[in-house]
Amino acid sequence: MANYYSDNESLKFQLSHPLMDRIIEMKEEGFTDKDKYDFAPQDLADAKDNYERVLDIVGEIAGTVIEENSEGVDKEGPHCENNRVAYASGTQQNQDVLTQAGVYGIALPRQYGGLNFAMTPYVMSGEMVSRADAGFANIWGLQDCAETIYEFASEEQKAKYLPLINKGYTCSMDLTEPDAGSDLQSVQLKATYSEEQGCWLLNGVKRFITNGDAQIKLVLARSEEGTTDARGLSYFICENHFDNAIKVRRIEDKLGIHGSPTTELVFTNAKAELVGERKLGLIKYVMSLMNGARLGVGAQSVGLSESAWREAVAYAADRRQFGKSIDQMPAVQEMIALIKARLDASRALLYETARFVDFAKLYEDRQRKGLLTKEERPEAKKYQKLADAFTPECKLFASEYANQNAYDCLQVHGGSGYMRDYKCERLYRDARIMNVYEGTSQLQVVAAIRHVTTGTYLARIQEYQAETVDASLLPLKERLDKMVVAFQEAVAHVEAEKANDEVNGQAYIDLCARKLVEMAGLCIMGYLLVLDATRSIRISGPDFTKSANVFINHAEAEVAKHTAWVKASSAQMLQFYK
Amino acid sequence: MGLKIVVLAKQVPDTRNVGKDAMKEDGTVNRAALPAIYNPEDLNALEQALRLKDLIPGTTVNVLTMGPARAAEIVRESMYRGADGGAILSGREFAGADTLATSYAISCAIKKFGDVDMIVCGRQAIDGDTAQVGPQVAEKLSLPQLTYVEEIVKLDEGAKKVVVKRRVEKGVEVLECPFPVVITVNGSAAPCRSREAKRVMRFKRAAVPSELAAMPSAYPEVYQKDSALKIGEWSVSDIDTDINSLGLKGSPTKVKSIQAVSFQAKESKRMTDSDEDIDTLMKELIADNILG
Repeated sequence: MANYYSDNESLKFQLSHPLMDRIIEMKEEGFTDKDKYDFAPQDLADAKDNYERVLDIVGEIAGTVIEENSEGVDKEGPHCENNRVAYASGTQQNQDVLTQAGVYGIALPRQYGGLNFAMTPYVMSGEMVSRADAGFANIWGLQDCAETIYEFASEEQKAKYLPLINKGYTCSMDLTEPDAGSDLQSVQLKATYSEEQGCWLLNGVKRFITNGDAQIKLVLARSEEGTTDARGLSYFICENHFDNAIKVRRIEDKLGIHGSPTTELVFTNAKAELVGERKLGLIKYVMSLMNGARLGVGAQSVGLSESAWREAVAYAADRRQFGKSIDQMPAVQEMIALIKARLDASRALLYETARFVDFAKLYEDRQRKGLLTKEERPEAKKYQKLADAFTPECKLFASEYANQNAYDCLQVHGGSGYMRDYKCERLYRDARIMNVYEGTSQLQVVAAIRHVTTGTYLARIQEYQAETVDASLLPLKERLDKMVVAFQEAVAHVEAEKANDEVNGQAYIDLCARKLVEMAGLCIMGYLLVLDATRSIRISGPDFTKSANVFINHAEAEVAKHTAWVKASSAQMLQFYK
Repeated sequence: MGLKIVVLAKQVPDTRNVGKDAMKEDGTVNRAALPAIYNPEDLNALEQALRLKDLIPGTTVNVLTMGPARAAEIVRESMYRGADGGAILSGREFAGADTLATSYAISCAIKKFGDVDMIVCGRQAIDGDTAQVGPQVAEKLSLPQLTYVEEIVKLDEGAKKVVVKRRVEKGVEVLECPFPVVITVNGSAAPCRSREAKRVMRFKRAAVPSELAAMPSAYPEVYQKDSALKIGEWSVSDIDTDINSLGLKGSPTKVKSIQAVSFQAKESKRMTDSDEDIDTLMKELIADNILG
């Protein structure tokens, strides 16, 4: 039986990262839950064993049920019936099996029915589910909504809604509207407080809502009449009673991720509760939710890349041309090695980001509980900054690489790959949304560029540079060091140009931003691979040396390309791009 | 009130994933090369039992297996999926048993659970494929038996009757039977539910005494406190048996030799996917009575 946890040494390797011990210890707060819950861990070793066992359950369900259903789900898709969504039959089965296995609410505290796991294993579960069916990964990943409820809702709301997650209640986050996509501050859906009913009432339309017929909905709506910007938006929890207060008007007919119903919703006096404070909807709560969702898309992308790599390897070993299997041919080998290198690089970045997010959330939780000490404050700040900086890099690269990997996987299949007979065709379609939703790649660059200019990435890179590297990898490290110099020079060039042009300076930075953000990301992934390879040599883990070599060959060329572009550019060039 | 159900399960070598090391040179099974797994049809049986437990409050599901201490994994695995507990039947006296001696030992051990309403097991185990143990247990306990069951359709607790769907060669039979009863479940029945996360984290500590003797628990106080973690380990002295009917002594079946047969295609024919070739092939298959 296929098990997407036990057949993938890289996941175990990431779970054994030295920082995980501290993350788990902080998460378990002295392992006091053991006196209240018979399934709570006794100590660190016990908790780590639990992580492995539960990931093994998710891996088995992903490798069997979800994988086996994926083709049928892609063909059947969901449909709209009496203003409701009916999932494809396989989707419903996936949902039922995961619910029965008690793995929903994996990261929620035990008092709310959760398993109290860190974010890192939760991200791993998302990766495995996506490897089986990227569309279903959205339904699985929407339990992120629980995080937002946990972080910002009242005690009463938490007690009411959070225990439902483990019972398999589905969630949706209702943000987008016809005229509010990337620009969420234009949201129009109206929230009015009804004194008579003692609650908020929502009216209006939402569009492109993933899993829109969910039971628990987080809705961004305009609570302040007469406002037009972000300051008039608040955040609401809305329990869907399926009484036509929230109607599904249609399901979008999409290129890919057919298992994930994308809906248009009509709200008519739908009862809702305010989350947190008025007017902070977009500014505070949605931004937090979005960061979680972006990490989720990172996991989804890496899962799809894993699948693309395996499909390419299997097909190339099987397919014979010119009297030999095509995996004997350097042109094919180059494609497959690059898929693997991009996969390993994006996974290294994904779990580095997940660990930062773990620390950031753990310190935040301590602060909420009034436990954060003065000594911990700098650490809390550091990890929040790293989480903010790494999340957009991770989403940007993982999703772009998923697309490139699916593209190359299809290419390895040749003409057969263009037919519906092979999985790679679905991967190709499914990947295409990943660099679009939860913030396009362009918006990830907007979120990341300030960490280029303020030096967040460089500071982290310098920490990587200070670490010991296996002697066999030193030549790679030297090349990486040179790439960092090129990155710094490019940043210096852009900043100098900006300083010279007061009018167009900012627009010029925006024009160059993608190149700079990519250069930072390529350097970071290069070091992460070299460091992973070093640790893996020490513990006899999976081989990352090959991928480190292939990736740095690729990244070095990319950095040189970007350097050439940036150095030849100036603020005057803007005119040619208008 | 609830029912008292015992599931019979067996730990078997995973014969579905046979590699080249599966047989030793002397023709016997190389158990070390084959992972030990839960016999697949016993998992289907466990699912049927667990569905009754979901349906009828107060129902208990216990799992009984015969084998060395490591077979306790079968009981644990059952607990991860929803069983209450169980026991292993262990000891060298049971070793080398054929189906007759096995069913004798199991029928004696079942009595230790008290008045059982239902005994459920898989149709057959993948290491022997005999499908005899379930029916023999029924005979030895003088109970009715429902074999090849695909689904327990209805259960009337008051009238003590069960209705099952039974998969037979050319269709499905629906049978009603009073219980106590022995039910053997087909592989075509619903697959077993997944392990449940919280149960896994709790019951991973369940063990039989000899496992703990070999490798003491890291958390002995947890094991002491939680009685649900204690899996029974019954030896020949715990059950009322005639020792001469157990194990090798009680087994009339003698294996004279085992041959490793490897299939080799003697002749092959190449065919294209043209209509004529497909037509010729179909006619050949019908003439050979392979199809039709």
